[in-house]
Amino acid sequence: MRSRYGNPARTAWLVLAGLVVFMLVLAGCGSSSSDTTGGGSSEEALQKLGKGEGEVSLISWAGYVEPEWSKPFEQKTGCKVNNKVAGTSDEMVKLMSSGQYDGVSASGNATARLVAAGYVSPVNTDLVPNYKTVFSDLKDQPYNTFEGVNYGIPHGRGANLLMWNGNDVKPAPTSWNVTMDPKVAAKYKGKISQYDDPMSIAEAAVYLKAHETSLGIENPYELNEEQFNAAVELLKEQQPNVGEYWGEAAKQISGFANGDNTVGTTWQYQYFALKEEGVPVAASPAKQGFLPEEGATGWSDTWMIAKNAQHPNCMYEWMNWIIEPKVNAEVAEYFGEAPAQEKACEETKNPNFCAEYHAEEPDFWKRVYYWETPLADCGNGEEDCMDYNDWVKAWTSIKG
Amino acid sequence: MASEAVLERRSVGHRLAGLFQGRRRLQVGALLAGPVGWLVIGYLGSLAILLITAFWSVDPLSGLVVKNYTLENFETLFNEPVYREIVWRTVRTALLVTITDAIIAFPIAFYMAKVASRRGKALLVVGILLPLWSSYLVKVYAWRTILSSDGMLHWLLNPIGLDTPGYGMTAVWLVFSYLWLPYMILPIYAGLERIPDSLISASEDLGASPFTTFRRVILPLSFPAVVAGSIFTFSLTLGDYITPRLVSNEQFIGNVIFNNIANNQPLAAALALVPIVVMIAYLLVARKLGAFEHV
Repeated sequence: MRSRYGNPARTAWLVLAGLVVFMLVLAGCGSSSSDTTGGGSSEEALQKLGKGEGEVSLISWAGYVEPEWSKPFEQKTGCKVNNKVAGTSDEMVKLMSSGQYDGVSASGNATARLVAAGYVSPVNTDLVPNYKTVFSDLKDQPYNTFEGVNYGIPHGRGANLLMWNGNDVKPAPTSWNVTMDPKVAAKYKGKISQYDDPMSIAEAAVYLKAHETSLGIENPYELNEEQFNAAVELLKEQQPNVGEYWGEAAKQISGFANGDNTVGTTWQYQYFALKEEGVPVAASPAKQGFLPEEGATGWSDTWMIAKNAQHPNCMYEWMNWIIEPKVNAEVAEYFGEAPAQEKACEETKNPNFCAEYHAEEPDFWKRVYYWETPLADCGNGEEDCMDYNDWVKAWTSIKG
Repeated sequence: MASEAVLERRSVGHRLAGLFQGRRRLQVGALLAGPVGWLVIGYLGSLAILLITAFWSVDPLSGLVVKNYTLENFETLFNEPVYREIVWRTVRTALLVTITDAIIAFPIAFYMAKVASRRGKALLVVGILLPLWSSYLVKVYAWRTILSSDGMLHWLLNPIGLDTPGYGMTAVWLVFSYLWLPYMILPIYAGLERIPDSLISASEDLGASPFTTFRRVILPLSFPAVVAGSIFTFSLTLGDYITPRLVSNEQFIGNVIFNNIANNQPLAAALALVPIVVMIAYLLVARKLGAFEHV
């Protein structure tokens, strides 16, 4: 039937043709310009603190913003806390790109990207009085300071844990070989729980650094092609043994709680949540520093402020609050990580907490490889390392 | 004063009414301007931007899009076998789920349309709509518990020597089939409702067996409705990434898009074009099968 208003098929073709023209025009405009921002100076940071704006929007890891310390913050400053929990660093970067948030608790594999993309501003540490007594080995680190400019306030640090179900995994493992060595891991086929993130490649690299010394791995985030391929190969061999890859804490908690997973990489948050549920999980004991013999990947997180934060004053209040000795102690004990604030060690409920978590031992942290963003340039002058895009692509092919 | 203002307003209204008087094209145009504008700018426009982004590249450090024309993303998709495998896995699952749902949905829809009493029909419609009222995520997490190694399926099947399939492709297939079943039942039900009972009686009067009646009368008349339902089940499976993430380790197209969206939008955009192309092909086939003629 022919419509009174013309042939519908013809109209459709016209619309399509119009769209194609529109796209070509856009593409043409685009190809001339390319935008890479980055770098900054301390002058860009806020110079003077003003009155709070009444609210603050945060992106955080699970367990970092809990009512126990966010409610008192709201009462004290009048800044209402809106919190969004993210499961991976990629998610955090994505959320920050929206410009809807004031700040983020970024790990080292996000900070460099956030700075390079221009999503965050330098931080004027003079406006954060509690910063003075932050552990000095957390200040001015490559993951929170760029070209001499401070981009954030340390939150705390810890190592990723090897966790297992004490009923199923005996004797207690002391090495990552239970998940990484194909022969040992085969014993737990279908029960291994692995973090669903390219950072798992670094975990394999930590294992190889200890066991395949001929590869010469120094830093598990600075891998040349040969080292990288070895790590990827190891994870491809691990893949058939993996029961579940977890991308959010809730999935891993349910996996261990219902017995589908018995051993794998975890964070303190899930470990304590499972203990609370009465699941017989265990991790390397505190006296071993929670570390299997190879060491472990870990994190040292940084609160960063968004470039065009809508509530900068409240964000500064938050950054100062989170490292307030009492609050930082509470945060550290709740999550199970080493505090960033020296004085927090006097405020912990468990008087030995800082000793157990090695908060005051810089040497201990040399065996913890904080998450970093892998870059092509790993400091030898040649661009021969695998960059983060390579890591993401490899992670896709590992999972198959 | 007030009456002047009213007069002024009336005259504007009158002038507008006069403008539209007898101009059908203008009437229709004004009526459709909003929705069509939204469709073209908000919907097709963003699709167009997606398509362009697929031809750009990314700055490896910042993850920002660099607007340089390149075919690199498509080369990655075609040359790396893992992406082909993922696309094929997604399409295969979508087809399997569609067929499963069609087989389950047809008898239910037929019972609802032709057999059930008025009351039974109302109860069934409510029963089918009810699961749609609860959150998608709640349902998938519930399936996680059901499928787990000491979950309900294990408990049910263990006595007869079987076991839960556990997490994996079977689980994905089961959960998808469950989730999208209402979207298949309802169009088929609507299609069957429209077949007059007299046609079925006539077929019987002419001596056809029930099977022949089904094959020669009911199925041809309701087939477009099945195809219409299949568009839902197929496209919903094609675009989902949460179910595979929660009940398996398998990567679907959506998972890879999700993994790349923060760091490599151009590659994610190129991948996002795959379901669009698959869907266009599917719709063309559906049109050939007459899905758009009656429903």
